[in-house]
Amino acid sequence: MHEIVVLSGKGGTGKTSLVGALAALGEHQVLCDADVDAADLHLLLSPRILARHDFYAGHQAVIREDQCVQCGECLDWCRFQAISEDFVVNPILCEGCGVCQALCPVGAIDFPENHCGEWFISETRFGPLVHARLGVAEENSGKLVTLVRQEARRLAEANGLEWILTDGPPGIGCPVISSLGDASAVLIITEPTVSGQHDLERVAALADHFRMPAFVLVNKSDLHWPMAKSIHKFCDVKGYHFMGYLPFTTAFTQAQVEGKTVVEFDDNQLKSQLAELGAKLRTAVRQLNPGKE
Amino acid sequence: MIISIASGKGGTGKTTIATNLAVALEEPVTLLDCDVEEPNAHLFLKPTLYRRMDFFVEVPEIDLARCTFCGKCQEICQFNAIGILPDTALTFPELCHSCGGCFLVCPEGAVLSSQRLMGTVEIGDRGPVHFVHGRLRVGEAMAPPLIRRVRQEATDDGLTIIDAPPGTSCPVVTALWGSDLVIMVTEPTPFGLNDLELAVGAGRAMNIPMGLVINRADMGDRRVHDFAARENLPILLEIPFDRNVAETYAWGKLLVEALPEWRGMMRALFARIQEEFFAGGVDRNLEIGR
Repeated sequence: MHEIVVLSGKGGTGKTSLVGALAALGEHQVLCDADVDAADLHLLLSPRILARHDFYAGHQAVIREDQCVQCGECLDWCRFQAISEDFVVNPILCEGCGVCQALCPVGAIDFPENHCGEWFISETRFGPLVHARLGVAEENSGKLVTLVRQEARRLAEANGLEWILTDGPPGIGCPVISSLGDASAVLIITEPTVSGQHDLERVAALADHFRMPAFVLVNKSDLHWPMAKSIHKFCDVKGYHFMGYLPFTTAFTQAQVEGKTVVEFDDNQLKSQLAELGAKLRTAVRQLNPGKE
Repeated sequence: MIISIASGKGGTGKTTIATNLAVALEEPVTLLDCDVEEPNAHLFLKPTLYRRMDFFVEVPEIDLARCTFCGKCQEICQFNAIGILPDTALTFPELCHSCGGCFLVCPEGAVLSSQRLMGTVEIGDRGPVHFVHGRLRVGEAMAPPLIRRVRQEATDDGLTIIDAPPGTSCPVVTALWGSDLVIMVTEPTPFGLNDLELAVGAGRAMNIPMGLVINRADMGDRRVHDFAARENLPILLEIPFDRNVAETYAWGKLLVEALPEWRGMMRALFARIQEEFFAGGVDRNLEIGR
């Protein structure tokens, strides 16, 4: 089994549109939306939810008003300024460290487990999808990313499916790091803009940090050809596998508005280009991880 | 006054609005780039950076000469950052949230203060724009402490503009917390709308007034407009798609400098913000200068 995680560093370069297109062109696969803070893949795949689960992670302090003697110790201990002068814990600021609960001299603090969101196993026209919804302004997105990826892996193993295609989060922090562990390769989709290039360099360095093979694809290439080419050169110098150029086209947006992947919307040149890309990627990933079919 | 620029979805134009608004005002303003994972504002603002400092958080280190392996530090740590074995103690600094609990519970004073490098903070200027950003160290998972550090650079008086990270979870909450107003930059597409709904939920949970800027307003559909009407969110500005804008951005140029109409557009946006959110009263907040 091989897992390809699609990342970008910068948001809005086309991760989800690309995952949708590769999903439409692929088979023997489980799909996974690991951008749990702002999950969008379901908008292209119209999943039918088969199972829904609550996601609990971490804890949150709650002061019992009737038992609190207002000694003020917890205000001094809390490094997250989460406790107000009138001894109420702000759930948005509480880090869940439990220091106040463990040390409160009168034991007036509860520490219930935190309901942070939900995750789902669904079926789509391109195969099973594991996805999630993090609660509003919640924490622990990294743990939820790990969970949906584990479930995707479990589903792939149980059904003998060769591929997991994971839509990753933007950035390089906690959820991105959680989306990388044990993956076979990352596919970075970037754009030829100063920010696209800057962010590519950071997310590719993160892939290096975790010794993860990186493939790079330039989207919206004709916005700035000299930069698209300099990204290609950068990849050659750094040893990232360069996968080619996609055009700047409104087809992705038009497809999205209709709830379709771009290859279902536009079956001409873009579709054959993406099909070729998918095949090339799968061959290369198989070669990197021989014997894991 | 703190105005934050957020979006939910990435790539909708947060940095474009933050940088161009800051420059168009032509008055003293502080711009904080709080997208510490992928900071981009400097690529367009091109400030002269005159100060660079490493940023560390406090993490424990166990003094094995004093440690009795009682396990109290391991017990209080919710993040598995300390492991006590029968005759040794291990720390995992990358898991530590710097809550300080281990220091408080150790009866032997064996928990010593050590540091973990989170990234760097850089400070600079470009004309009247004072600029600060954080750059998270590649491989570091936790963005919020560095975001909090950058947030400390907000000015007490005058205007601070915050370029927030994408998403809706802890980094965004940390960047937006305590803002007077959030401008949500969105695009009228299904992804734009879905992520906007989540981001507006986060803004409501923090009780911060919000307004919208709809970018590439003529691509996609009308569902973002319907959502704005339903949620009573004022649409402060609509920007039509323009390939020229996309290309100017690609090259790293400021739109207010390359495309003359952008200066007026950004100033009109600021006037609209004042009228919509700060009209009548709070006149001290209206003064953007120092």
